[in-house]
Amino acid sequence: MLTTIVIVAVLAAALAASIWWSAPRPDRIDDLARRIDALLPQTQCRRCTFDGCKPYATAIARGEADINQCPPGGAATASAIADLLRREPLPVDARFGAMPQIPEVAWIDESVCIGCTKCIQACPVDAIVGASKFMHTVIAAECTGCELCIPPCPVDCIEMRPAPLRIPVAVNR
Amino acid sequence: MPTAPYVVAQDSVGRVMRTVIYALIPAVVMHVIAFGIGLLVQLAIAIPTALLAEAVALRLRGQAVRPFVMDGSAVITAMLIALCLPPLAPWWLIVSGTAFAILLAKHLYGGLGCNPFNPAMVGYAVLLVSFPLHLTRWLAPDAAALQLASPGVGDTLQAIFTGQLPGSLQWDAITSPTPLNALRTGLTLGHTMQEATAAPIFGVLGGRGWNWINVAILAGGIVLLALRTIRWHAPVAMLLGLTVPAVVMYALDPGAYPGPVFHLTAGASVLCAFFIATDPVSSATSDRGKLVYGAGIGLVTYIIRTWGGYPDGVAFAVLLMNMAVPLIDRFTVPRVYGHAR
Amino acid sequence: MNLDAMRGGLRLDAHKERSTRMPIRLASVPGELIVPLDQHAGTAAVACVSPGERVLRGQPIARPGAQLSAWIHAPVSGTVVAIEPRPVAHVGAPCACIVIANDGRDERYAHEPVDAMTLTPAALCEHIGRGGIVGLGGATFPTATKLFEAATHDDMHLLLNGAECEPWISCDDMLMRERAADILFGARVLMRAVNAARCTIALEDDAPQALQALQQAQGGSDIQIVVVPSVYPAGGERQLIRTLTGREVPTGGLPTDIGVICQNVGTAAAVARWIRDAEPLISRIVTITGSAVREPSNLEARLGTPIATLIEDCGGYEHDALQLIVGGTMMGLSFGTDSAPVVKATNCVIAATAADLQPRGMEMPCIRCGNCSEVCPAFLLPQQLHWLARVHDVPALDALGLADCIECGCCDYVCPSQIPLTQRFRESKPEVLAHIAARTQANAARARFEAREERLARLEREQRARLEEKRRQLTGRKS
Repeated sequence: MLTTIVIVAVLAAALAASIWWSAPRPDRIDDLARRIDALLPQTQCRRCTFDGCKPYATAIARGEADINQCPPGGAATASAIADLLRREPLPVDARFGAMPQIPEVAWIDESVCIGCTKCIQACPVDAIVGASKFMHTVIAAECTGCELCIPPCPVDCIEMRPAPLRIPVAVNR
Repeated sequence: MPTAPYVVAQDSVGRVMRTVIYALIPAVVMHVIAFGIGLLVQLAIAIPTALLAEAVALRLRGQAVRPFVMDGSAVITAMLIALCLPPLAPWWLIVSGTAFAILLAKHLYGGLGCNPFNPAMVGYAVLLVSFPLHLTRWLAPDAAALQLASPGVGDTLQAIFTGQLPGSLQWDAITSPTPLNALRTGLTLGHTMQEATAAPIFGVLGGRGWNWINVAILAGGIVLLALRTIRWHAPVAMLLGLTVPAVVMYALDPGAYPGPVFHLTAGASVLCAFFIATDPVSSATSDRGKLVYGAGIGLVTYIIRTWGGYPDGVAFAVLLMNMAVPLIDRFTVPRVYGHAR
Repeated sequence: MNLDAMRGGLRLDAHKERSTRMPIRLASVPGELIVPLDQHAGTAAVACVSPGERVLRGQPIARPGAQLSAWIHAPVSGTVVAIEPRPVAHVGAPCACIVIANDGRDERYAHEPVDAMTLTPAALCEHIGRGGIVGLGGATFPTATKLFEAATHDDMHLLLNGAECEPWISCDDMLMRERAADILFGARVLMRAVNAARCTIALEDDAPQALQALQQAQGGSDIQIVVVPSVYPAGGERQLIRTLTGREVPTGGLPTDIGVICQNVGTAAAVARWIRDAEPLISRIVTITGSAVREPSNLEARLGTPIATLIEDCGGYEHDALQLIVGGTMMGLSFGTDSAPVVKATNCVIAATAADLQPRGMEMPCIRCGNCSEVCPAFLLPQQLHWLARVHDVPALDALGLADCIECGCCDYVCPSQIPLTQRFRESKPEVLAHIAARTQANAARARFEAREERLARLEREQRARLEEKRRQLTGRKS
């Protein structure tokens, strides 16, 4: 009798401890956000309405945003996050926009550029180089194709072009 | 156009399985010497049943029948179940156990290579929980020495196919508990270890007759190791997993717990180590995984034998560890070349 | 020298006896040579001659393309007759080739000879590049690119790979037996080019004559000669490095990351010829073998010679060849027509009969026996990769290291279920490499984003601090 009570009590305590341990807690939010961020494509395009991938990840971790707001990540990212959070996968919500089928990068028509630096300030990954009154150019290899530089341009000299083929470097040669 | 490599070793699933079947033959021979021809009758029932069940399942699943029936895996399942059952068990017992193993434990999960549980152990476990009485009716090994009657060929056939013994024989007169059973009963009745193991069925190592069967199984296992058909990790880990707790408990109280030698030679320990824990399909993948898997089987076997409700726990230990295989595999992925630990 | 035991691999029949009976012979030079523009790792070279132009032997006829490319030189003197697609053996589809009509005069193009020991290492690397030299072990990685990479590191250890582990191939063995002096000369040039502190030549224990020749040529110099057990694939770059140094090339990295540069012995000999004799890479030693060939042997052939010509030089076909393979039987490529030319990568041509090949039986389901992981020289779990490749689980394939598969074929060889594992892995690799590229790109973007955020935050802090300072000064003055 006593043995049974003790065993059941110990089991119950263990179960309670494990539930407590796995419950979301503020000090875990950062860690969870980091893990969600690792699944996001890092386009930093703000289509999700947050100020970048990390802020969006933090919002998901806090339960303030849904998992289907990332068009560049697409279904793969949404389902990877769903896996991580043990939730049902959702298709990407079309309200957050779409990405082109072929990856694109920004391209500045240097003959038109007036050197206003507005696009440089808009670029979330510092992929545009140039200085005031000098023409700007996009480092294609660093451009994520977020399109954030297009609206600020006063002379509409930026357009999206297919990304240069990045030959995957074979691991062995 | 074909692609490299253009040469492959002339090996096949069938050859691997046949090697295992041949390695079981010494055990079958010793079994027949100890218990009479009952096992041969059981095999004659079990193997056709397994092949028929395999063929039916393959046909129903719309797969090629011939290559899979001929691959020998069903024969091994049948042989393992037959080796676990008492030699005079009624025919419907082995038929239902084998059919269950092949149809439910193997083909419902996708057939060869896809079954998470060892089919033979599923079949045996089902029989063990469904028909416990029949599974205790073991014959006395080496009957003459124990002054018990030994059934002849006719008696054996009659017992298996009708479930009735010939008029002159009584179950009580020919059956004998297995050493694990006898010890368990003795200890439960409050006998000391000496009293419990004084019964005539106990021989030099473990039980009379049983010890020679185990030696034969061990020989077959060593041959498989030498031929590299199986790897050493799971057998060694399983035997260690059984030995270590046996040594510890025996050292604590030799009067209440039998020693490691008894555990290693009793029941299906050796059979499990070399022929069941090494089943590639249902065991862990990596070398480290196999060590964990084997050690787990040994430990759970010891726990069930010592504190559980069944005299031998091998079947349940294997099934429990089968269940743990995905978890083991997840945590025992080997380090890839050029990757940090 | 302590050798690390190789993990995994297979002991295979080397099939070298027949092709090593005769010394290396010069192959006949045909009337028409076909020189593909794409015969090295990386992008194809760009032709710098046009049809009708007369070229001299050794004259550059194509310059390096955009990335990882190499010079190509005319193998004979004659006239360029066409630049057109022709069937080749080393890639599936026909590829653009410069076709040269041989005038039979073999007039040499005058290259400036150089003194390797007076050139700076950088100039030497550059010069080796102009010789059109690529890795002759089969990977054809442009040697100059590799040397430039290595020259940025100090204390390099130069490994010359003579461990020719794949069955049937014997061209390196014959080269070491007959031209050990060239290899050692090349070794010294390469050591100087990368400023190497040490040099080790590795060969397998089934090449005793080659060992003897190398030891004689070495003559007490500081170049070390090491014999490794002949286990396939002991001569794989990464496997050899682990055996000789006990260290592993990090995944996604290069041997130079651990201070090693590996070159094939044939490459060293080609370097010697270029530096010493001013002869660029216009010929190579090719093993012509297989049971369908009457007299298997090693031939020194001009690049661009049709394979049919070499087989004629070896007495022609004795039986109908069931399969033509360029390379060895474990990693080679099968090809359709013997009109395909010899290229820089052609180390061996096997005209195989049915008896030479052991084709697979019927594919059965995987029984998880684990033989594959036992022999995998990259320590992978091929059986797990096989399941994951079937369902295209790219992240899991990446996590289990599919990108580190060297496609050696060992897992295929031992699989009792006869599953074409290597081919499955080859098919899945582009997906995994694309996944790794995307991940690398994402990590870079994350780093840049975070750096920018940090910079913006810092600027704002500094701005605020300045304002604060100014306010304090103003209020201080008031009070």
